[in-house]
Amino acid sequence: METNPQNQEENKLNRYIRRKTILSFSVLIAFFVLAIFGWKWLGKQPREAGALKPLRKVLNVNEKVNNAIFSETHLAKEYPKSAAIKNVRVNGNLGMNKDFNADNWKLIISRHPKISSSDSTLELTMKDIYTIPKRDLVFDFKCIEGWSQITYWGGVKFSDFITKYHLGTHSGKSFDTNHPEDLYKYVGLMTPDSAYYVGIDMKSMLQPQTILCYELNEQPLPMNQGYPLRLIIPVKYGVKNLKRIGYIYFSDTPPRDYWFEHGYIYDAAL
Amino acid sequence: MKRINKKHPLAVRWFHWINFPVLGVMIWSGLLIYWANDEYRLGWGDKTILEFFPDSFYKALSVPFHLADGMALHFVFMWFFVINGLLYVLYTAFSGEWKYLLPDKKSFKEAGQVLLHDLQISKYKPPQSRYNGAQKIAYSLIILMGFGSLLTGLAIYKPVQFGWITFLLGGYEWARIEHFALTIGYVLFFVIHIAQVIKAGWKNFSAMVTGFEVEKVNETEIINITAETPITDSNQPQTL
Repeated sequence: METNPQNQEENKLNRYIRRKTILSFSVLIAFFVLAIFGWKWLGKQPREAGALKPLRKVLNVNEKVNNAIFSETHLAKEYPKSAAIKNVRVNGNLGMNKDFNADNWKLIISRHPKISSSDSTLELTMKDIYTIPKRDLVFDFKCIEGWSQITYWGGVKFSDFITKYHLGTHSGKSFDTNHPEDLYKYVGLMTPDSAYYVGIDMKSMLQPQTILCYELNEQPLPMNQGYPLRLIIPVKYGVKNLKRIGYIYFSDTPPRDYWFEHGYIYDAAL
Repeated sequence: MKRINKKHPLAVRWFHWINFPVLGVMIWSGLLIYWANDEYRLGWGDKTILEFFPDSFYKALSVPFHLADGMALHFVFMWFFVINGLLYVLYTAFSGEWKYLLPDKKSFKEAGQVLLHDLQISKYKPPQSRYNGAQKIAYSLIILMGFGSLLTGLAIYKPVQFGWITFLLGGYEWARIEHFALTIGYVLFFVIHIAQVIKAGWKNFSAMVTGFEVEKVNETEIINITAETPITDSNQPQTL
C-alpha cells in the first residue's frame, strides 16, 4: 500500500490540508492577539490635551478633513419662529460666576493675540453692539452630548461686527475678501472670569449665521444663557457657543479651548 | 478520499476578520457617546417595554462615562470601518464574488425554507451552493446596513456640511435614531450569526479561516464532480 500512488497522493493532500489549516489558524490567532495587545497598548498611551496621543493625532487629521469640506455657503437649516421651543435647555454653568455684575460689563477686545498696548484693545458696551443691524436666527442648536433643540436667537453678525470695528486683521484695516491673508486664522473668546474659553477658526466665525447674540425668543438673554452677550455659531456644537463673552482676541495659532483640553476635538465642527 | 472545495477567498476572510474587532470598537465607542444622551426606549405613552439602557446595563458592562474618549475612538476607528467596508465592496464587485452573495427571486423562497428547517418545523433542507437563500439575504443586508451606518453617521457627524444627507434621512434627530437602530441591528445579527455558526459546525467555521472545506467523497462521485464543479481551485490538488 505504501507504494500505491493513490495513497501517496492522499498523504500529500492530507499534509497540505494540515499545513494550510495550521497556518491559517495561526495567522488568525496572531491577528487577534495583536488586536488585543494593540487595544491594551492604546489604553496605556499618554494623553495629549486630554485625548490618548495616537487618537489625538488622527483627530488632528480629521480636523484637516473637516476644514477641507467646510464651506461657508453650507448654511444650517433655518426654521420659522413658530418652530422655536419656549423652554430652552440650560446646559453647563462654566464661566457663569454668581458674583458677575452686569452693570460693569464691558466687551474687551484685543486686536491681536495679546493685549500688548492700550491702543490695540477696544472696550465696547451693549450700546455699541446695538448700532449694528440685528439678525434673527431660528435653528437646531446641537449639543455635543447628543441632544438638539430648535431655538430662536437674535444678535449681530460677527462679520458685520469685525467689519465695523476693523477687527480680525493683521493690518488693522477692515477685512477685505480680496486679501484673505490679512485675516487672523482664529478668534479666541473668554468669559469675564476667564473660567471658560474657546478658540474658533476664522472661516466659521465669518459664516453668515454666526452671531454675537443678545436675545432669546425676542427677550434679552436670561442670565443663565449668557446675559448680556453670547456667541451663537450654528456650524459648531454648543460647547463653542460661549455664554457671557468677556474677551475677544485674534490669533494665527489656535487659542486655548476648554473642552479641547478635556479630550475633545478642537474644531467641534458640524 | 478527500476533496478540497474552495469557499472563501483570502481577501474576503481578511475583510471579515478585520471588521469583527473594528465593528466591536465602533459599537463600544458608540455606547460611550450614546450614554451622554440615552433617551431611547421601546414603548408607547408612559409604557416602556425596553429602555436603552437601564443603569444595570451600564453597570454590567462597566461602561466608563467618558464622552470625549468615546468620540475620539469613534472618529478614529470610523476610518478602518469605512475603508475595510469599501475595499470589501470593491473586491466583491470586481472579482465576481457578488454572484454568490446577492439574493435572487429564488433566495426568498429558499430563505423561508431555511427558516422553517432551522426552527425545526420542516425537515426539508434546501440545497446549498456557497450560501443558502437566507444567508444571501442576511449577508447582503448587513452590507447595506454598513452603508446605512456610514450615511446616518455622516448625517449626525456633519449635519451642516452634509445637510442634504441629514435632510434625506428625516433630519438630525431621526438620523441619530437610525444610526442607533442599525447598531442594535448589528448586535442582533451577531447573536444569530454566532448561533448559526455553532449550529453549522466546525467544518463551516474552519472554512472562514482556511478558505476551503474538506469533503469526503467516494471514487465514483469524484469523477462526476471534478468534471462539473465550478468552485474549485485549479492550482491545488482537488481530488484523489
